[in-house]
Amino acid sequence: MDDTRWVSIHPLIVRITHWINALAILMMVTSGWRIYNASPLFPFRIPNELTLGGWLAGALQWHFAAMWLLVLNGLVYVTYGIVSGHFRRKFFPLTPSAVLRDVKEALRGKLAHDDLSMYNAAQRAAYLTIILCLVVLVPSGLVIWKPVQFYEIGLLMGDYEGARYVHFGAMTLMVFIALVHIVMVILVPRTFPTMITGRARRAT
Amino acid sequence: MKKRTMETSLAAQSPKLVRSVERRLFLRQGLSLGALAMLSGCNLTDDEGVQKVLEGMSRWNDGAQAVIFRPTRLAPEFPASAITKPFPFNAFYTVDEVPYVDGKDYKLELAGMIRDTKPWTLPELYALPQASQITRHICVEGWSAIGKWSGVRFSDFLARIGADTTAKYIGFDCADDYSTSIDMATALHPQTLLTFRFADQILPPQYGFPMKLRIPTKLGFKNPKHIMAMTVTNEYPGGYWEDQGYNWFSGS
Repeated sequence: MDDTRWVSIHPLIVRITHWINALAILMMVTSGWRIYNASPLFPFRIPNELTLGGWLAGALQWHFAAMWLLVLNGLVYVTYGIVSGHFRRKFFPLTPSAVLRDVKEALRGKLAHDDLSMYNAAQRAAYLTIILCLVVLVPSGLVIWKPVQFYEIGLLMGDYEGARYVHFGAMTLMVFIALVHIVMVILVPRTFPTMITGRARRAT
Repeated sequence: MKKRTMETSLAAQSPKLVRSVERRLFLRQGLSLGALAMLSGCNLTDDEGVQKVLEGMSRWNDGAQAVIFRPTRLAPEFPASAITKPFPFNAFYTVDEVPYVDGKDYKLELAGMIRDTKPWTLPELYALPQASQITRHICVEGWSAIGKWSGVRFSDFLARIGADTTAKYIGFDCADDYSTSIDMATALHPQTLLTFRFADQILPPQYGFPMKLRIPTKLGFKNPKHIMAMTVTNEYPGGYWEDQGYNWFSGS
């Protein structure tokens, strides 16, 4: 034995829902890009090589199949996060000044990652923002899918046409943060196995 | 220089190790290729097993939409000022391929679980009580446009011809070889109209002369134009786009 001990940092349910979520989001985003291409909101298209589904009908099939995976998995995760206190323990307290400080340090490559069981303020803000993006993506997606049946939700975001912009905007922010998240994992690779095994070495 | 010698000698002494490194590289490249192939989606979507799952989920979504659909929930209606001008033409062909239908000889054919299958001429249809709506047409592609349609309430027409409204489906065959079918609950929705007019004018050919079934609770492709015949049935009729993989219920 050396002078380290293993500590448990990611509960099993968080690891399972994280990877299912990653898969669901990959499918939702890439099929969604193909759907976007059928009638682009902005003067650009997503390269078809990055999209899923082959054509509009295929992309719609993927999107409306993966949405069940995304929503059911998300419900399990959010319910666990609230009921168990996981969200409160891991994400709070969170102050704008702390987020700003940690983001600046991260940009200078100096962000401390000594204790993997604790999220720094930049991580907290990033993960919470992804959760919030999904909390916006699901209802705006419901409005696009069923603008008549979910008319009341549509009132919050400019009906059907407004929901298309909200859906696209939330997707863009979420993809951006997810990319930053992946870059950070590459920069601090020892965080990667912890999301699979749930354990990290901690110096004693 | 020293390093190179070391590498050479390592390779010479341990071809096994080199092979293992190569294998690992090959695996990693293979994985990246696989990820790329997955992202491009084509091969994955063409896979028979994947196709089965996706089609199964699409059937599941038909059921889910039937549950979400509320027979009394109305699609929003708009003021005349909100009408989209010009209203877009949309079909699986170009506007110069719009079918010609002769209104004088036209008869709407009725078949299936209907008491009185006598065909209907246009003057007979125009003489029925008419209703109007200004609603949003939403295309499966994502765009939407607001228009005004007028015609007979489809539920009134179904009652008049003695359609068996316990049947599951109504199928439509169109002059442009298009076809589609809808569920009975949507057919009986108060805003589902068998329309003969667009913007207060007799339907122009590009918008579906002589008639278009206007369903503001369904996507555009579920609103058949140039209807020649309709069938009330319990056997799933499918449709032009539905048979190619578009979701059948496609409610909104």
